[in-house]
Amino acid sequence: MDVRLSPEQVALRDAAAQVVDRLGVHGVAGLDDGERAAKLDAAVAASGWRELRTATDDGAPWASAVEVALVAEELGRGLADAAFVGATLAAELRRRAGAPAAGGSETVVVCADLGEMATEEGGRVRAGAVALDAGIAETALVSVGSTGGWTIGAVALLPPARASSTSGVDLTRPVASVRAPGTVVAIDGQARPLDSDDAAAWQSLGLAVTSADLVGVMRGALDLTTDYARSRRQYGAAIGSFQAVQHLLADAFVAMEGSRSIALHAAWAVDALPASEALAAASAAKAYCARAARTVCETAIQVHGGIGNTWECLAHVYLRRALLSSDLLGGVGANLARVLAARNIGVDDGLR
Amino acid sequence: MDFADSPEELEFRRRLRAWLSQNNPGLPASSTADEYWAGQAVWHQALYDAGFFGLSWPTEVGGHGLPSVYEVILDEELITAGAPPRPSVGYLVQGLLRHGNADVRGRFLPGLVSGRERWCQGFSEPDAGSDLASLRTQAVRDGEEYVVTGHKVWTSYSDAADWCLVLARTDPEVPTHKGISAFVVPMGQAAIEQRPLQMINGVTREFGEVLFDGARVDAANMVGEPGEGWRLAMTVVSHEREPGELGYVARYGKLVNELVHVVEEEPSRFGPEPRRDLAWALVETEMLRCHVSRRLSERLEGLTHGPEGSVDKLLMTAAEQAVGHAALTVGGAVHVDGDDTWLKVYLYSRAQSVMGGTSQIQRNLIAGRILELPTS
Repeated sequence: MDVRLSPEQVALRDAAAQVVDRLGVHGVAGLDDGERAAKLDAAVAASGWRELRTATDDGAPWASAVEVALVAEELGRGLADAAFVGATLAAELRRRAGAPAAGGSETVVVCADLGEMATEEGGRVRAGAVALDAGIAETALVSVGSTGGWTIGAVALLPPARASSTSGVDLTRPVASVRAPGTVVAIDGQARPLDSDDAAAWQSLGLAVTSADLVGVMRGALDLTTDYARSRRQYGAAIGSFQAVQHLLADAFVAMEGSRSIALHAAWAVDALPASEALAAASAAKAYCARAARTVCETAIQVHGGIGNTWECLAHVYLRRALLSSDLLGGVGANLARVLAARNIGVDDGLR
Repeated sequence: MDFADSPEELEFRRRLRAWLSQNNPGLPASSTADEYWAGQAVWHQALYDAGFFGLSWPTEVGGHGLPSVYEVILDEELITAGAPPRPSVGYLVQGLLRHGNADVRGRFLPGLVSGRERWCQGFSEPDAGSDLASLRTQAVRDGEEYVVTGHKVWTSYSDAADWCLVLARTDPEVPTHKGISAFVVPMGQAAIEQRPLQMINGVTREFGEVLFDGARVDAANMVGEPGEGWRLAMTVVSHEREPGELGYVARYGKLVNELVHVVEEEPSRFGPEPRRDLAWALVETEMLRCHVSRRLSERLEGLTHGPEGSVDKLLMTAAEQAVGHAALTVGGAVHVDGDDTWLKVYLYSRAQSVMGGTSQIQRNLIAGRILELPTS
């Protein structure tokens, strides 16, 4: 056991950090800066980070979920408004099915509550299903068939189904409801049917990546807030010198550190453990990170005071991103239920 | 980045698992009865004699000189076997290793590591709790000895101890934290009086007061130089805050597995609330295991004594108290039976946010030394 990052992993993380430090969202006004967003998208495209889970010649992914998580964390920290999670999860589906890589920009469709992958019914996607990273994606993948043996199909996401940046809770990652008719087209060239282990492993990747995004969001929110606490003065002193403020920030830091440890393990587990164990690890991580991220982002708003409750302060942009990442493939309740199910003490109605 | 065993680690894990399958003494994971500490003493010696204790400590003091991450393997296998956690003496070992001279290390560490000699820690006083530097116990030089006079409190297991690591003021003329020295004081002197304190869970043989009324200690039993006591105390408490040093991952893992078993026995008894508490206890315990793996991996680059222990202490406390809450709701029937073991586990968990430095103090340390927020 040695869970330190390798030199290559450190280099990847640093590269992602440099991109978001240069081209991420550093103020609310930056959300409307199309030129910056286009440069960020180009930088992410050029880096190959969206293709980390595409297949090599032997069918294995180019990089492990740890590398995916390292990139996701930095993108979350920098409030990156470029597609990543949807593209990564779509690539993973194609890889598992042995299908050729997507020709254009692709994402995935999840159920209306965002908790599960969407499923084809009667040749269509059920109304209310939601496409992730809907700003630029042209197609989105859904599952076809039962969990016992399933394949993948695609829905076309043509304008106006594609979304503007303010269409959802998260101002950095638009989602869009799939419009009728939502016709599902089979993906050509699938080499093998998928099974329940594929579903669990895919879910684990999604939970690990969203957990990593949450860790990054917490880091970003905490950096923003500690900087503010050092500069904002009341009673003739920086508010960061007051114990009441210090304890809020210390608790936020501790929640972020615990999240980082469990999220790192979940990312490792995706490729290293059997699917059921990877899902248990990812569920525990997601429950922990989702609870922590909401509290940390709420603390960010609280410490910013009145400013924190205005649209102009970035704190709510972090909170909004955390809310989407939390709900994506299940938040606290769904994952606590999975944790119990993994120990064979689950209940049918879950803990939602 | 790899949580998996190397071939050597896997071989060690198999050997340990085989031994544990034959040698699990079936002791509780927490102090819920007065017999706990006596049982832990026997367990400590058995674990040591079998070659499974002090894994990452130097061989010259009875350790095995293995990489730090072997401690995680030990914790994981103790959980799998349902065995008691490893004895929590690591913070004393680290304090003596760092501050003791060759003579002190050679005379005291082998007995501490092997469990043949038992130790307690005389730091806190009635008027020196969080403000430890204000302690008033005095040690006055008398020839080749020091004479110790003062009042210590919250001293765990002092009645069973052979030695007490005492902080005492040797120079009242200098600023408070510069005039403190540390001594290894032999217990069992007539000049040392013990007064047990009953804890909120009813246990009477853990907590206590120790009164030193002219107790004598060899000057050669001073740990470090005169005036080095404060720095030794900071080393000791920084490691006392580390679950990787204490072995508490195994303690919580054992408790939470026992709670899972309670639900398995009769699932229909448990509604959403206890199940949710149990799920959080499982998640928090898993988080702590992952966090300790991360910290002990960082330690492969060398041991540090920094403020990260305060982060770890708060994470460890959250885990213990989540397990405590699950013990309360899953354990059940606690309002009728005041002697219920799960009630005692819950009540004992409240001490974790106080012992080794309160949670409030940890937050102060994190704010100042990690977040570098301004002082008021």
